[in-house]
Amino acid sequence: MRCANPWKAAVAAGVLLLTAACGSGGGAGEKAPAEQKTLGKGEGRVDIIAWAGYAEDGSNDPRTDWVHPFEKRTGCKVNTKIAGTSDEMVSLMKTGQYDTVSASGDATLRLIAAKDVAPVNTGLVPNYRDVFPGLKMRPFNSRNGQMYGIPHGRGANLLMYRTDKVSPAPDSWKAVFDGAATYSGKVTAYDSPIYIADAALYLMKTRPALGIKDPYALDSKQLAAAVSLLKKQRQHIGEYWSDYQKEVTAFKGGDSVIGTTWQVIANTAAAEKAPVKAVLPKEGATGWSDTWMVSAKAKHPNCAYKWLDWIVSPKVNAQVAEYFGEAPANARACRETTDPHHCAVFHAADERYYRRVHFWTTPVPQCLDGRKGVKCTDYAEWTRAWTEIKG
Amino acid sequence: MPTTDRARGRLAALLAPPLLWLVLAYLGSLAVLLLSAFWTTDPFTSDVVRSFTTDNFREILGTPVYRTVALRTLGIAVTVTLLDAALALPVAFFMARVATGRLRRALVVAVLTPLWAGYLVKAYAWRVMLGEHGIVNAALEPFGLRGPGYGVSAVVIVLAYLWLPYMILPVYAALERLPARQLEASADLGAGTLRTLGSVVAPAVRPALLAGSVFTFSLSLGDYLTVQIVGGRTQLLGNVIASQVTLDLPLAAALSAVPVALIVCYLAAVRRAGALDSL
Repeated sequence: MRCANPWKAAVAAGVLLLTAACGSGGGAGEKAPAEQKTLGKGEGRVDIIAWAGYAEDGSNDPRTDWVHPFEKRTGCKVNTKIAGTSDEMVSLMKTGQYDTVSASGDATLRLIAAKDVAPVNTGLVPNYRDVFPGLKMRPFNSRNGQMYGIPHGRGANLLMYRTDKVSPAPDSWKAVFDGAATYSGKVTAYDSPIYIADAALYLMKTRPALGIKDPYALDSKQLAAAVSLLKKQRQHIGEYWSDYQKEVTAFKGGDSVIGTTWQVIANTAAAEKAPVKAVLPKEGATGWSDTWMVSAKAKHPNCAYKWLDWIVSPKVNAQVAEYFGEAPANARACRETTDPHHCAVFHAADERYYRRVHFWTTPVPQCLDGRKGVKCTDYAEWTRAWTEIKG
Repeated sequence: MPTTDRARGRLAALLAPPLLWLVLAYLGSLAVLLLSAFWTTDPFTSDVVRSFTTDNFREILGTPVYRTVALRTLGIAVTVTLLDAALALPVAFFMARVATGRLRRALVVAVLTPLWAGYLVKAYAWRVMLGEHGIVNAALEPFGLRGPGYGVSAVVIVLAYLWLPYMILPVYAALERLPARQLEASADLGAGTLRTLGSVVAPAVRPALLAGSVFTFSLSLGDYLTVQIVGGRTQLLGNVIASQVTLDLPLAAALSAVPVALIVCYLAAVRRAGALDSL
């Protein structure tokens, strides 16, 4: 007897698989995840997605370790996955394999809308009480009066340069836009569509005729202006970065001499003896306000809540804030920093200062600056524009 | 005939798991990928919406930047393949026909050992070497030259380095199998070195060369990490796909169809040349 036609078998198997694939998933119709009511015993493990520098276990710097003390105290073993961009965080959270994420404002709303994260019961996080009021119930971390996470801290994207190669010291983003030709081939930029906002911010200050009020609310004409600025900038870019280690080595080796950065990268490069400095340019800057969120499919929710409480506890929040170079979220953390002026330097309680910092937000069709009758460009368009900019 | 039946049953049991894996996990996921290219996404949550549309393909064909990136990727894959072929031929010939005993074994080991090191480690090593103060610039400086820096040429160099063993090994195997008698007969019949190379060695090596090129070509076409590490400001198809995966999975799936189509075309061409018979 001859075996059945193998092609028929393959087609049948394929059809079977497709029906299975079509039957599962589909976020839109699902029920909204509910917040946790009580805190049980730890599950012995917690899987974290974090920005570089947010979950240090001493492997980068033996003195910088708040993961092992957490493991010792709670019995929750920490598995950290470092993400380089918000897009990466969103896609990692969609896998459902992680319990908690340190999401920035350009990821939070997407995660909430896709029901990938659950509302957070702040009553189960005692340290939430001491978080700066200016960070509670903000549009990027809450919805309808319900918190979706615990604020972690905030800061600005800075301009970093090699002090031995760049002079005079820059005080404006002009150095990487209109003036980029001076350091052609040695300029670097953040490799993510959200970087378009940096160009928009620069245009907001230098070309008022465009009428940009918020770098995340760009109509198609404003987006086109930012895109053309970034295309011009590309001619002078040596390389784009999204991996923070890559930027450290590029500045250390002199392959990049000027470009956007995070304080933690400047600190790491300086610790490795690279002559670099990071400044907040006069135009202000884009920045981030991060929120620890809990996955709707968390397998270790209790350990995740314990981590949330740990990371915003005064002492740890102070350590993270100092290591990463940002303002802590916990007001009492300001008394725990090794540099007593840390909170003043990073304007932890200064809401006026943070009005100059434009926190990463997901661009949506409804203009975020309140304009009516105009359709703004959304993040999908920004992503396409970014591909086009890179050519 | 019970014995043949039992033998057949055993054969079926032996083949069923790998075949099932091949069809379900491998071809099945390819089918799902192709199918999802016809779906669309919710613009805000990026969740996939399962309604049939050909917009993704229309967008890919209609947007110039995708064409530019696809051509760049194709160009790099072809260059890497040619470079590897040019490097592999003399090395493999030396290994198979000139070197003997310990030297040959040492050379085989030398070709194989890089495969044991991690891909990322090797790519980062090249990043250090090609950097501003790297060894490449330092070596070229006395001659008043400079290395290529990060960019397309760096990507070609690193990919050619990474995939070289996949080209050397089949060519080496083919040359080693070539009976010495054929070469001698060719010489006896009065053919010179060039004639022997052209009429005896080349036909024996050609299928192996094409087989090796399948590896170098398809691996280069799909690569997106090397270009992130040493590519400077360039992007390849893989990077564009990766940047869309989170946001617009159907568009990413449609984009992935481009390298798949290129590889299928390439395999068809290679098959016509008869190289797959010896693979």
